Amino acid sequence: MINAVGRDIPQEILDITGKEVFQGVHYRDGYTYKKDGPNTKCVINSNGSKLVKDIREALVKCEIKDGMTLGFHHHFREGDYIVNMVMEEVHNMGIKDITICASSLGKAHDKIVPYIEDGTITNIQSSGVRGKIGEAISTGKLKGLAIMRSHGGRVRAIESGETRIDIAFIGTPTCDDYGNCRGIGGKSDCGVLSYAMVDGDYADKVVAITDCLVPFPNFPAHISMTKVDYVVEVDAIGDPAKIATGAAKPTTDMRKLMMADYCTQFVVNSPYFKDGFSYQTGVGGASIASTISLAKIMKERNIRMKFGVGGLTKPMCDLLINDQVDCLLDTQDFDLAAVESVKNLKHFRISAGEYADPFNKGAVVNKLDFVILAALEVDVHFNCNVVVGSDGMITGAQGGHPDTAAGAKCTIVIAPLLQGRTPAICTDVTTVTTPGESIDVVITDYGIAINPARQDLIEAMKDVDLPFKTIEELRDIAYSITGEPERVQFADRVVGIIESRDGTVMDVVRQIKPFEFADEK
Amino acid sequence: MNPNKKRLRRSMMFLNAQKPGLIKDPYIYKPDSIMLDLEDAVATNQKDAARFSLYHALQEIDYRGVERVVRINGLDSEYWKEDVRVCVAGGCDAIRIPKTESPLDVKAVEEEVIKAEKEFNRPEGSTLIMAAIESARGVMRALDICESSERLFGIALSGGDYTKDLQTHITGTGIELMGARQNMIIAARAAGIQCFDTVYTNLDDMEGFRRDVEGIHLMGFDGKSIINPRQIDIVHEIFTPTQKDIIFAEKVVKEIDEKKALGIGVFTVDGKMIDIAFYDGAKRTINLAKASGVYKGDL
Amino acid sequence: MEILKPAVAGTLESSDAQVTVEPGDGKVEFNLDSSVINQFGNQIKKVVMETLDRLDINNVKITVVDKGALDCTLKARVEAAVYRSVDQYDNLPWGGIIR
Repeated sequence: MINAVGRDIPQEILDITGKEVFQGVHYRDGYTYKKDGPNTKCVINSNGSKLVKDIREALVKCEIKDGMTLGFHHHFREGDYIVNMVMEEVHNMGIKDITICASSLGKAHDKIVPYIEDGTITNIQSSGVRGKIGEAISTGKLKGLAIMRSHGGRVRAIESGETRIDIAFIGTPTCDDYGNCRGIGGKSDCGVLSYAMVDGDYADKVVAITDCLVPFPNFPAHISMTKVDYVVEVDAIGDPAKIATGAAKPTTDMRKLMMADYCTQFVVNSPYFKDGFSYQTGVGGASIASTISLAKIMKERNIRMKFGVGGLTKPMCDLLINDQVDCLLDTQDFDLAAVESVKNLKHFRISAGEYADPFNKGAVVNKLDFVILAALEVDVHFNCNVVVGSDGMITGAQGGHPDTAAGAKCTIVIAPLLQGRTPAICTDVTTVTTPGESIDVVITDYGIAINPARQDLIEAMKDVDLPFKTIEELRDIAYSITGEPERVQFADRVVGIIESRDGTVMDVVRQIKPFEFADEK
Repeated sequence: MNPNKKRLRRSMMFLNAQKPGLIKDPYIYKPDSIMLDLEDAVATNQKDAARFSLYHALQEIDYRGVERVVRINGLDSEYWKEDVRVCVAGGCDAIRIPKTESPLDVKAVEEEVIKAEKEFNRPEGSTLIMAAIESARGVMRALDICESSERLFGIALSGGDYTKDLQTHITGTGIELMGARQNMIIAARAAGIQCFDTVYTNLDDMEGFRRDVEGIHLMGFDGKSIINPRQIDIVHEIFTPTQKDIIFAEKVVKEIDEKKALGIGVFTVDGKMIDIAFYDGAKRTINLAKASGVYKGDL
Repeated sequence: MEILKPAVAGTLESSDAQVTVEPGDGKVEFNLDSSVINQFGNQIKKVVMETLDRLDINNVKITVVDKGALDCTLKARVEAAVYRSVDQYDNLPWGGIIR
């Protein structure tokens, strides 16, 4: 069945998942449902402790069994040890048929690939996957379907009961023996625990894992003891060097600086750039450079930002230090400066639900003026792909891409026109992650395209000296340099679905087929 | 005369001809010229490979109006004659001769260029030449070099080798380059050709770079050799006339044209005494503004 | 032309390709490892074959390790490897069979 972004979703997939095809960003506006709730085992007796000796004991006490769904968060990013640690125990106990429901998975989790191959893990739900897990899914090693869903989409799936988490494992930088978790302090400081909050609220069993056990009460708690069943102390929950890096040195790559400059010029010339605007940006070199140059212009023109959202890095936190923004709303800290900034009273932690969930009574993304995003591919319909590489391999994550794009008044995507020989602007993206109706502007090193649906922006920019082109022109330039890419040869089997933030099916990902030359088939 | 001889060359960016990632699209940064290097940037054992890469780049990459200069290997090397052949066959716009010390060097290259233009059926005179001066001897013979060939559009200082020859080094103050710069710009102007300054290699000191460019701009240079696209904007900013200059120049040209017809020789524009001696300078400002893409008037 | 000895040209940097030619067993044996094989594998093969054809080479084992090189780079690396294998560095046929 063809969906609203022109993708043919096999009926079989709709039957298996019970899902509808994507029908537009606002299709489920006003949808009414009853929220799910966890089965809760009460702790009334005051004699006990929630401390258990190791992960295995926690698993036993949580009554782990075949077919369960386990929740994980990705605040430790490429430094995470939790997923591997837990899955190794699960594997050692001979448990099979596990569904992993993680807010994201990365290269840090390459080690669980053998558990995919041997059937310990048969389903994965994640924002996306990088590294070897992506290869494993794309080459058909996962028995079930991988579901790629946005940060907001994950909260929706859990709150609506579509996904029930049996046991959530919450790696926490500090914790007391009664389960009060904080994202700050300890050896593995990650600042916030935003993505884990929904797990705390909705998982039947919650296990806090820490490498820094502190005396009760670890307050104010980011995830409360009232939600935690067991606490495990381990030697290390992650590699601090990879959890929050030192602030990235501003890029000196002229290509990125050019795109950053185009982006800043676009922002300041748009009608939304006025006192009290709101803004979210990413962690790429161009995004960071653009934030720095934007701050300069804000100062010159005496314009303040009302709130900044993220995924935060130093340049955003500097706005707070320099009193250029009223407050920051934080779901994730990418560098040490951002972790440090959490101490600021105007730096607020928000949950992934508050941030981006389309199925609550209004999320922060809906109040955004600007969001600056990246993409692997953008097609002439402005559809973006951030999950599947142009070679057909799963290699990225939705993150908050579709959530912020849907919410923001002005969604800007920055992508260099060519990555090696791979054109970023193409006729049809390999898979759609974010629908073109959510994307307003695409900025490349070769020029800028405004979505024709946004005549207001086109009008606002008509006297602005920037290299405007149509999206088709950008595609044509790319193809004139690289040649027109052939479509990747996929097998028939669907290995994953790209879920829209509202739970409908945006696209499917098929198993990759070994390349064959046309003249050797 | 080749119409490109006097084209705008504020920024001339060096690129290693052997690096596909560098030469595939430098035009996005909008330098006036790129200088594809076969000489110092290319290791001795890659000289051959660099020529193939250069040839196909010249033939197949659309540099979108950016001038394509090729720096060939020195006349003391075994490479330069084949370099000239590939440059001409590929259809480059100009050849940069390194380490030029005398008019004979230019003549020798010119001879090979003429041969190559015949061999590869290129229009005679289509390949321009520029001469890099890198020694005390070269500086002292600058005027002779400037007048050695009709194809020569300009000379360029190459500061690294030059300062070694002078038994000093690049200091960042410019003091070690003073004499050469002065001598060369005077020679170039005397011969009616262009003059380009040496590279500034410290990319971490953009303020020092700016001062350097401001200095050579005031000395009369036409442009500067650069090593990184980050340097382009500063060069263009300094070498492009300001709107104030353009408006003034426009008034001067218009007034002189008008007053000349009325037989008036001296008059004032914006309170400044103006006569016919201002005409060429004002015209040059307008032309530079046009070439830089900032003039929208009707002159 | 006849490949006289093994020769290599190019690098493994992004946008480049490393091409190795070796004397063949009476035919053209083509091997490709490319970061963009799924999108450009056929095009890369076509360019390499056409280049060999122009150079009149039909007895070679050629291995291309491609890192997203454009056609112009692929041609340049194939030709450089071939001329290295016959030790010819001057008086090359620019615009003739090299084009």
